[in-house]
Amino acid sequence: MSQRRSTSGTAAGKLFDVVDERFPSAGTMRHQVNKVFQKHWSFLLGEVALYSFFVLLLSGTYLAWFFDPSMEKVTYDGSYTMLRGIEMSRAYESTLDISFEVRGGLLARQIHHWAALVFVAAIVTHMGRIFFTGAFRKPREVNWVIGVLLLTIAIMEGFTGYSLPDDLLSGTGLRITSGIVLSIPVVGTWLHWLVFGGEYAGEEIIPRLFTIHILLLPGLLLALIGVHLAIVWYQKHTQFPGRVSRESNAVGVRVLPGFAAKSGSLFTAVTGLLAAMGGLLQINPIWNYGPYKPSHVSAGSQPDWYLIWVDGAARLWPAWEIPLVDYRIPAVMWPTVITPTLLVGAALCYPWIDRALTKDYRRHNILERPRDAPVRTGLGAMVITFVLVLLASGVNDILAHVLEISLNGLLWAGRIGIVFLPLAAYLLTYHVCRALQRDDRKVLEEGMETGIIRRYPHGHMVDVHQPLATSDGEAKPLPYAGTPVPKKANDLGLAGSPVPGGLLRPDPPPDRERERGEDGETSSGDTS
Amino acid sequence: MGGSGDDERPGASAQEADGKDLFRLGTQRDDVELRRYEYPWPEPGTRAEKRARRHVLYWWALTVVSGITAAVVYLAWPWQYVPPGGGGHTWYVLYTPVLGLSIGVALVSFAFGFIVLVKRFFPEEQAVQQRHDAEHSPAEDRATLAATAAEAANASGLRRRSVFTRAAGLGVGALGTGLGVTILGGVVHNPWDTTGLNESAKDTLWRTGWKPVAGETVYLRADSGDPHEVILVRPEDLGAPGIMSVVPFRESERDNPEMLSKARHRADNPATLLRLPPRTEVAPKAGREGMNVGDFYAYSRVCTHLGCPVTMYEGRTDRLFCPCHQSMFDLREHAKPIFGPATRALPQLPIDLDESGYFVATGDFTAPIGPSFWELEP
Repeated sequence: MSQRRSTSGTAAGKLFDVVDERFPSAGTMRHQVNKVFQKHWSFLLGEVALYSFFVLLLSGTYLAWFFDPSMEKVTYDGSYTMLRGIEMSRAYESTLDISFEVRGGLLARQIHHWAALVFVAAIVTHMGRIFFTGAFRKPREVNWVIGVLLLTIAIMEGFTGYSLPDDLLSGTGLRITSGIVLSIPVVGTWLHWLVFGGEYAGEEIIPRLFTIHILLLPGLLLALIGVHLAIVWYQKHTQFPGRVSRESNAVGVRVLPGFAAKSGSLFTAVTGLLAAMGGLLQINPIWNYGPYKPSHVSAGSQPDWYLIWVDGAARLWPAWEIPLVDYRIPAVMWPTVITPTLLVGAALCYPWIDRALTKDYRRHNILERPRDAPVRTGLGAMVITFVLVLLASGVNDILAHVLEISLNGLLWAGRIGIVFLPLAAYLLTYHVCRALQRDDRKVLEEGMETGIIRRYPHGHMVDVHQPLATSDGEAKPLPYAGTPVPKKANDLGLAGSPVPGGLLRPDPPPDRERERGEDGETSSGDTS
Repeated sequence: MGGSGDDERPGASAQEADGKDLFRLGTQRDDVELRRYEYPWPEPGTRAEKRARRHVLYWWALTVVSGITAAVVYLAWPWQYVPPGGGGHTWYVLYTPVLGLSIGVALVSFAFGFIVLVKRFFPEEQAVQQRHDAEHSPAEDRATLAATAAEAANASGLRRRSVFTRAAGLGVGALGTGLGVTILGGVVHNPWDTTGLNESAKDTLWRTGWKPVAGETVYLRADSGDPHEVILVRPEDLGAPGIMSVVPFRESERDNPEMLSKARHRADNPATLLRLPPRTEVAPKAGREGMNVGDFYAYSRVCTHLGCPVTMYEGRTDRLFCPCHQSMFDLREHAKPIFGPATRALPQLPIDLDESGYFVATGDFTAPIGPSFWELEP
C-alpha cells in the first residue's frame, strides 16, 4: 500500500540496487508494470484456467507422493472394511490409501479432480469469449492455435489422470479406449500393441499413463501456457469498442497496482473455491466402484464431462461396418476417431476459415459484438449444439432412467437431432443476430421507446420515441459504433443512482459530514 | 490499512511531490495517459469510508478465523475411517467437508477482502496506452535481415539446391530416422509375432483363455468374489431365465493361485452362461449345432462394440444389453445385434456337460471377441 516511489534507503530499495547493478533493467521493468490491461470481466476467464492449472500442479505433486501406478496384484487390508480381502492392483490400493490412510488425502484427491474439471471448463469458456468476439483474428491467429492445442492436451491430461486409479469406472474407460485404438484402419492393431504393450489390458498401460500424466503432458501444457501468455503480453489484449478505445490504443488499468491486485485475488478465490468444492462435493468415490475387473461394469458409466460427447457419438453412430476384401473398417472409427479429429482440425483452422468467409485481411485489436458477425456466431452456436446433442446422448441412459422415457427413443432422438439441430441452431442464431442488429439501428435512428403513447383527436396513436441525439431540435441519426445501444431511459442513468448508506440509514450529505470536524487523520489525496 | 493515507497527508514532504512527478513521467515514458486517476474518499473520515474499511477488515477477520479453524480441524478432528453404524462415523464423514470448507472460506474471504480493498481504496483509474502496432517491421529492417540471411547462406555454402544443402538434408533425415527407430523401437511390438509364446499369429486377437491346450478339459468356473475359489457349474445351479459370469478353469491350475487369479483378469476370458426360459425357440444357425446344452447357451461377455461387459439380461424378451453404449443382442438369433451401435454378434462359446454333470467348454469362441479391428475378415 505504500505510495513511496523512491527506492533509496529502504530494504526494498537496497535489494533493487543490488539487482539493478547486475541486471540493469529499471526501464524495462517500469514499462512492464505500467502496461495497461483490459478491465472487462470476460478477460479473466483465461486466468481462471491458469489458476486451476496451478492448483492442479500443486495438488498433483502432493498426490504423486502417495500414488503408486504398479499393476502388481495385492490383497487389500486397509481401514476401508468393505474391500478387505479383495484382490486389486497396487495402483487401486494406493488410491484407496490416499483416500483413507492419508490425513487430508481425500481432500487433495477431490480438489485435484475438481480442479481438472474446472480447468477444462474455464478453457472452453475462455475459448468461447475469444471465438464469439473475433479476438482470434489477425494478428492473433497463432495464439488461437496454441489455445486449441492447450484444450486438446488438457482433455488428454484429464483422461490420463482419471484412468490411473484402476477402479471399475476407469478400467471400463480404458477398455473403450482400447477398442477405439483398434478401430483405426491399417495401423490400429500395431498402435494398440504400441500403447498397451500387447492385448488389452496388459500390465504396462497404467504405469505409462502415469508418466504421461505427471511428466509429458504437464510439461507440454506448461510450455504452451508460457508461450500463450508471452504472446498475449507482447501483442496486448484486444478490447471492446468504446468511447476511448481505438485500434491503436489499449484502455484499462495498469499492471501495478490494480491489475496485479485483482489477478492475485482471483488466484486466491479460485484456489479457495476449488478447496471448498473438494471438501463439500464428493467426486469419483472409487471405493464405491471397486477394483477393475473385465467381467464387471455398472450402469451409468460416464467419462468426465469433457469426454462425454465422444461417448455420446459412439452411442449414436449406427452399426455401419465397411468390409474391404479381407479387411474391415470398424464402425467405431467414425464417431470416436474421425469426428474428434475433424472438430479439433476445424478449430485449428478457424482463423483462416473466418478470413475466407469475411475476406477481412486487416489487423484487429477492437472486438466485434457477436451480433455483428452473424455467420461466425451462427457457426459457433452450431458447434455448441452439435457437442451438446452428443453430450446429452452420452448420458441418455441416465436421462431415460430419471425421466422415465424410452432409451431407444432417446437414442433415435439423438441420431435425428445430431443431423438437424445444429443446422437449426445456425439458422436461428443467424436470424436473431440480424434482428438484434436491426433493433440497434432502429434505436439509433428513431430513438428509445419511452413507453408513452400519444393519441390524437382523430384517433391516431403514436408511440413517442426519445432521440439519442438532436441537432437544432431535430432527431439526428447516430452511426452504429459496435457498442451496446441504450434501449431504455434507465440505460442512460436517467433514473439517478441510489443514495449511499449503510444497511439501516443513509449517509448524511457531504457538507454535514464536514461540519462534524474530523481530525483529518486518514485523508486521501487526488493527484489528478 | 492506515498506510495509504499517511503519505498523502496535506503538506507532505517535497520528496513526495517529486515522487508524484516522477510517477507521471514514468507513465508518459511508457505512452500511458491516465485519463482518470482519482483517489476515493476526497473527504476524509466519512461514514462511507469507515464502512468500506470495516468491510475489508470483516473479510480478513473471517480469513483469520477460518484459517485457524482449518489447522485445528486438520490436527484435532477424528479423521480415521469408521464404518457406517460405528460410533463416530458421522464425525469421520464430516472431516473432509469441514476441512475443505474452512480452507476454502479462508482463501475466498482473503480474496474478497482484497477485491473490496481494490474497488474501494485503490485510485479509480482509466489508463490509455498507445500500442505502437505496426503492420510489419520497418522496411529497412526487413530488407537487411533478409540480406543477412542470404549472405549467411552464401558464406556457408548452404545455398538452396547446393550439394552441401542436399547432403546435410540427407544427413539430418537419416539421423532423424535412426533416432526415431531407436526411440520408438522399444515400444513397438509386432502383434503377429510367433517367435514367442504364440503358436500362430491368430493366437492374439482370435484366441482367448478358452482355447483348448493339449486336450485338457476346460471347465466353466463361476466368476465369484474370491480370486482363488474354484466353483464349477452344473445346470441345476442356474434357474430359468438366468445369467452367470464364467471364466475358464483347468484342473492343472487348481493349486496355482496365480493362474486362478489370472483367469479372472484376462480381459478376453469372461463369458456369460445363460439359461433361457424353457421352450425358447432359438433360430437354427449353420455351424452352431451342439454348442448349447438344452436351454443353456454361453456367449462372450465382452461387447463387440467397444468392449464393455454385456451384463444385463432381459429374460422376458431374451435380449442381452450392454450398459455402456446400449447395444442389444437377441438371444433367439444367437446374440445377433438388433439395436444400438454394435455390428457383430457376440461370439458363442461351445459348451457341453462332462460325465459328472459339470459344464465344460468344447472349444474357443466362434469368432474374435470384443471390438472389431482392421485385420478381422468380414
